[in-house]
Amino acid sequence: MKVALQITCVNDAMFPDTGKAVVRLLRRLGVDVEFPRAQTCCGQPMVNTGYLDEAVPVVRTFVDAFAGYDAIVTPSGSCAGSARHQHSIVAERSGDPALVAAVAQIAPRTYELSEFLVDVLGVTDVGAYFPHRVTYHPTCHSLRMLGVGDRPLRLLEQVRGIELVDLPHDTECCGFGGTFAVKNADTSIAMGADKARHVRDTGAEVLVAGDNSCLMHIGGVLSRQRAGVRVMHLAEVLVATEDSEGDSSGPAVGARKAGA
Amino acid sequence: MSGTFVGMPAFPTAARAALGDTQLRRNLAHATHTIRDKRARVVAEVEDWEELRLAGAGVKEAALRDLATHLETLEAALTRAGATVHWARDAEEACAIVAAIAKRHGADEVVKVKSMATQEIGLNEALEAVGIAAWETDLAELIVQLGEDLPSHILVPAIHRNRAEVREIFRRRMGAVGRPAPDDLTDEPAVLAGAAREHLREKFLRAKVGVSGANFAVADTGTLVVVESEGNGRMCLTLPEVLVSVVGIEKVVATWSDLDPMLRLLPRSSTGERMNPYTSTWSGVTPGDGPQEVHVVLLDNGRTRALADDVGRQALRCIRCSACLNVCPVYERVGGHAYGSVYPGPIGAILNPLLRGVSDEQTASLPYASSLCGACFEVCPVRIDIPSVLVDQRAAVVDAHRGDRIPRRGSHWQEAVAMRAAAWTFSDARRLGWAERASGLAGRVLGRFSRTTLPGGRAAAGRLPGPGAAWTGARDLPAPPPESFREWWDRTDGGRS
Ligand code: SF4
Repeated sequence: MKVALQITCVNDAMFPDTGKAVVRLLRRLGVDVEFPRAQTCCGQPMVNTGYLDEAVPVVRTFVDAFAGYDAIVTPSGSCAGSARHQHSIVAERSGDPALVAAVAQIAPRTYELSEFLVDVLGVTDVGAYFPHRVTYHPTCHSLRMLGVGDRPLRLLEQVRGIELVDLPHDTECCGFGGTFAVKNADTSIAMGADKARHVRDTGAEVLVAGDNSCLMHIGGVLSRQRAGVRVMHLAEVLVATEDSEGDSSGPAVGARKAGA
Repeated sequence: MSGTFVGMPAFPTAARAALGDTQLRRNLAHATHTIRDKRARVVAEVEDWEELRLAGAGVKEAALRDLATHLETLEAALTRAGATVHWARDAEEACAIVAAIAKRHGADEVVKVKSMATQEIGLNEALEAVGIAAWETDLAELIVQLGEDLPSHILVPAIHRNRAEVREIFRRRMGAVGRPAPDDLTDEPAVLAGAAREHLREKFLRAKVGVSGANFAVADTGTLVVVESEGNGRMCLTLPEVLVSVVGIEKVVATWSDLDPMLRLLPRSSTGERMNPYTSTWSGVTPGDGPQEVHVVLLDNGRTRALADDVGRQALRCIRCSACLNVCPVYERVGGHAYGSVYPGPIGAILNPLLRGVSDEQTASLPYASSLCGACFEVCPVRIDIPSVLVDQRAAVVDAHRGDRIPRRGSHWQEAVAMRAAAWTFSDARRLGWAERASGLAGRVLGRFSRTTLPGGRAAAGRLPGPGAAWTGARDLPAPPPESFREWWDRTDGGRS
């Protein structure tokens, strides 16, 4: 099986550690994931802001980059949702039958990380060790657009040492919403403040989710509040082992400066 | 008597004001969560809820597909049953028809059943302008009307008010327009409802003309249907001599049996009840029983415009249950007024632009009043894919300004430039690589000057100027890492070296 990593533009530029975690995790599970260099972004920022024409060349780049792979894994429910549910809209708009056909081929092969682990690889115990109090926020697109259901929780439940606590009102939106976060910043922050309050109520040390963009928002609010809660992508928890726990790529340890 | 939404600012501005209203925030959070939970409980009882939703969507979709035929069937059946059918292209025509009927009967007042269509066309204000008082008889509408307020919810228009506020409104305003509130009025719900009942009773008994909308219009039998909880509707539909119903053309269903799924879906979705207390149905005139003159005004007012929109037309399936409002995280925090329309919340964010177009700034701001979380689609009893229509309407807003000679004001122009720049960057991995190197460089600088460390140890970017301030005003932002994933992969051969 030829497997490609779709890193997503946000992770590529802002959260490379998540990408590294996915690569290490998949290798540990016997999947030699490739990183097609021609990839850029799924086009969602443009589509969801209404710039459909602008999204056409981006979707074209996407299908060109991932042609020929059996599975495309992405550590983002939102970007997987964009590929599976929005690329066809953009392709129709382009009026290019070749693009429509290419999207129809590639969209169903795009998997969010937890779907790939549970459905394609058939694993829930990935051999992780993470001795921390953790709560999990199901992001809206993974929950409602993709329907990943309890897959991420099933993966987390198998992690050794973890203390997993329920997040109150977990299915309520955190208020990120892409460009909504800046176009309607006040409402976005009001929503984020409530989400942060629910997270703090759990007493968790780490908030985990499958989308770094939502985590950047909730984490940004928590950090501004000096709440003492860090946010981590699901992949970074699942990649942790007894050997890595405590080294520089491990969680919640010391001053890891931007350059480290 | 009540105000209008004319001149409302665009959503972000209106929302900012609403977010600062502490009592509104508390009232709304409490009310929406209560109805939300109630709905969830009674929906969970229905084993075949998903099939029921599909059936409901199917009934409405079938009616819309052949709308012209069904409307003609409806008109013929209504006429046979003794009703007079009027066609109104827009609000102005509809209001003029109702006013003319009332005038012909020398009425200086009408009693009203709660109706979204008559609010949409501003009927009360139009009647007032020609000297006819329109009395709202639904309890929540009465509160809004007496308070000279605007509705903020489809089903519970006074959802933004708590009982202490309602008591104040009754005490201060009832006397001016009819029977005053009793001196010993408390804020007990039963006492407040009792005062409203006394106040309304004399209006029911006196009025010559009743005005209603309809939840459904059955084409083959010529039957109008009103679904309600309080019984005030039945009073208005049966006591006056003359009844005028303003009905949006999308309310039509083909057959009587089509009501089956609809009447099961609606109460559970709207009030969270298994069944609503009152369902009134009537077909034209029944001699010696009820109104002896029955008029039906079939209203377009933008509906054919919405029907012509391939993606958006599904919004015409809406049965105004308001489930989407109650689960919406945006509505829950800003309330209904911020949407500047009698149709607030997720459905309002798509319906207003579909009915009116997106040429004005206020309407154009509505499709963006959503985080696209999808909670609305999940609960909608007729399966309107609101998030997809929102995205499609955003495209309509952007497309409306392609080729503008004079760029739109401020942030719109910046946004268009940013989106085009992003599209250019994302169309070629090499360009993205350059952008990432620049961001890595910026990250190094920002990281060095950072005075904030994020939990976990990463440096924060500090406060950004310009559009970035909308983010960093209330949220820390990590400084970009010095090395992108792409650069790491190249440097380490994907972590192998
Ligand atoms: S859009 Fe759906 S959920 Fe919202 S009011 Fe209409 S029918 Fe109800």
